[in-house]
Amino acid sequence: MSTLTATFAFLFYIATAILVIFVARKVRIYAKTPAPLKIPTTPAPTTRSGVVFRMVKEVTIFESLFKSSKWTWLFGWLFHFGLLLVLLRHLRYFTEPVWGWVAFIQPFGKYAAFMMLIGLAGLLARRILVDRVRYISAPSDHLMLLLLIAIGASGALMTFVEHIDIVALKSFLLGLMTFAWASNGLTPMPNDIILIVHLSLVILLMIIFPFSKLLHAPGVFFSPSRNQVDNPRERRHIADWATKLDNTKSSTRAS
Amino acid sequence: MAAAEFDTPELKEYPVIPRLQEGVMKHSQPYTAKAEFQEKLGFPGELVDNWQQVAIDKMGELNKKYRSLSVYLDSCVKCGACTDKCHYYLGTTDPKNMPVARQDLYRKVYRRYFTLSGKLFPKLVGAEDLTKEVLDDWYSYFHQCSQCRRCSVYCPYGIDTAEISMAAREVMDTVGVGQKYCNEIIGKAQTIGNNLGLPEPALINTLEGLEEDVEEETGVKVRFPVDEKGAEVLLITPSADFFAEPHIDGLIGYGKVFHQAGISWTLSSYASEAANFGMFIGSYENMQKLALRIRQAALDLGVKRIVFGECGHAWRVAYSFLNTLAGPFDFLDPNYPVPQHICEVTHGLIKEGKLTLDPSLNDDMVITYHDSCNVARASRMGDKPGGQFEIPRDIIKAVCNNYVDMPSHAIKEGTYCCGGGGGLLTDDLIELRVKGALPRMEALKNVVDEYGVTHMAAICAICKSQFSKVFPYYDFTMDQIISLHQLVSNAIVLTPENATEDDDGNDTDDKNQAEAA
Repeated sequence: MSTLTATFAFLFYIATAILVIFVARKVRIYAKTPAPLKIPTTPAPTTRSGVVFRMVKEVTIFESLFKSSKWTWLFGWLFHFGLLLVLLRHLRYFTEPVWGWVAFIQPFGKYAAFMMLIGLAGLLARRILVDRVRYISAPSDHLMLLLLIAIGASGALMTFVEHIDIVALKSFLLGLMTFAWASNGLTPMPNDIILIVHLSLVILLMIIFPFSKLLHAPGVFFSPSRNQVDNPRERRHIADWATKLDNTKSSTRAS
Repeated sequence: MAAAEFDTPELKEYPVIPRLQEGVMKHSQPYTAKAEFQEKLGFPGELVDNWQQVAIDKMGELNKKYRSLSVYLDSCVKCGACTDKCHYYLGTTDPKNMPVARQDLYRKVYRRYFTLSGKLFPKLVGAEDLTKEVLDDWYSYFHQCSQCRRCSVYCPYGIDTAEISMAAREVMDTVGVGQKYCNEIIGKAQTIGNNLGLPEPALINTLEGLEEDVEEETGVKVRFPVDEKGAEVLLITPSADFFAEPHIDGLIGYGKVFHQAGISWTLSSYASEAANFGMFIGSYENMQKLALRIRQAALDLGVKRIVFGECGHAWRVAYSFLNTLAGPFDFLDPNYPVPQHICEVTHGLIKEGKLTLDPSLNDDMVITYHDSCNVARASRMGDKPGGQFEIPRDIIKAVCNNYVDMPSHAIKEGTYCCGGGGGLLTDDLIELRVKGALPRMEALKNVVDEYGVTHMAAICAICKSQFSKVFPYYDFTMDQIISLHQLVSNAIVLTPENATEDDDGNDTDDKNQAEAA
């Protein structure tokens, strides 16, 4: 096994482990931390299914952001949905045979790279040009956009300009997933500079994900102002720690 | 710190997002609470020696107690959607009044002590040590947030700066730096029963005087009872309603509504306050103590329903938190929600045709309506989402012939705070209050110029006090802000028959009170 193949194999396992373990840990913390008071931003749905609908709108069409700023919404939406299509298209490198719907979205997924890059460029322009957004940006906010742009650009370069040995890459990735190094041996990773840059940056992104603002992805589902049902008069809502404070009354202990 | 000279912002025809002017509101700080008031609430009297450690420990504790805080501190991506949404930013142009920048005052400390990236690369991710300067910034800018939740409407993750402000104020109280206005008031409400420190005899006296005034004016004996056992309704209303203008005209309105509908009601001298300032300082414990007084009053007086008067943050605590803090209310009549808003009561009675109304009696006015922030974005009325917008408007339209809404960005869920909410209604913050009122003043000016609006109605004691104070700065007059139930009061047609109809059983009480007085 070449040093390159061994290094990337190792980094992929480590990055995947960090991503999964630390995001799971955060999700667990969010889930276990009580929300002692009812604080949905109203008007809010009065039923659970209504809340699901609100959340679906929030994560698919970015409803609140649309109300807020049409430019941020446009660029943000282009980026996120470009990224989604691109990620789904990438499933073809991890499945054999390739699932039908993944094959179907292949052409859309290819061009979605531009959607993603236009979105990112717009967001970066806002961050630099709008004085209010510039004021609130830390270096990491700029770097995060640059990282994503570099990932998108290097990927698009391989799709549209400098093709790489994609068959070999897929074989390498499938080998990683099936732990082939332990049995028949791992197909070497293609030694291509653009690919090396692309994959290094993706690995970096996976590692910083659980320690950065990218936690907004799981976070939004736990946001009490968006995920609570507006029914405080109908159902008593009380957190465990608050129940313990409640030494004035003996009766009912609700959940 | 004292009221310095400042310029009232200019009203523009269309809202303009101002350019940043760093630090222009740094000097705006409210007076700090004296030791005795701090200690009364269980906080240290002055800045404790190891305050940094105490503060950081408290931040850790709050992060474990509140999912909102924990999620909001991690999730912000600095997209900037909220940056032009806060009335204090729009009115002051100080960038630290942009919601995200205000949150970041807290978030940068959180990142430094609680996140891996902030521990390893503080400069890169904007993490900072908790220094005296940072604490000083906290004291300035977390007292420039009225917890109105406008930012939370527009945030793609629903991040609510109010939650962060409450946490920051709780941390500051815990290290011994409390705000005079809020903490003194909480102390009064917890011992005397209302924010003004109005004792029982004074309250009874005031209300007797009110009864006489109303009888003189209408020829009808509308009652304003206190501590009457066995009444159907316990009315919990902000204590400003007992004597402040235009609040008291609203109270007269509630009295007339109950009178005409034949609903027996009472105030409580033990729980004579709707507003719960415990929320402003983020203190669950203090908020609960105040809420429990209401429960106790309801039990002692044996009422069947609890109704809240016109008050914004109070209605949030009542609607959203009362059941949590002081419930369950299984001893009350299950046919009514607990608690009810006075607007829900009046609206219901209008729908049932139980009120005789003559809207032409308000023909001298053209009305617009200010949605109070916490009613709009932190509560509901009626059984449908958005009832908090429709019910008050329906009432106004039933009692007035001339009604106009302000521009759509400034009403309903997008409504602007009056500029005095969240524990900021104090003279030591007058500059902030005047500047923070700017977006509302622009919206009001718009309908005054275009539609000849003469008055703005509100359903919040703080809004009413705030507008009476700041209207003159913008060339409106104090009396252009009115209580919603003042409009009801004007339009309701009382006949002496009504007066005798529901008076049986009350006669003796009247005599007793007359004798006692």
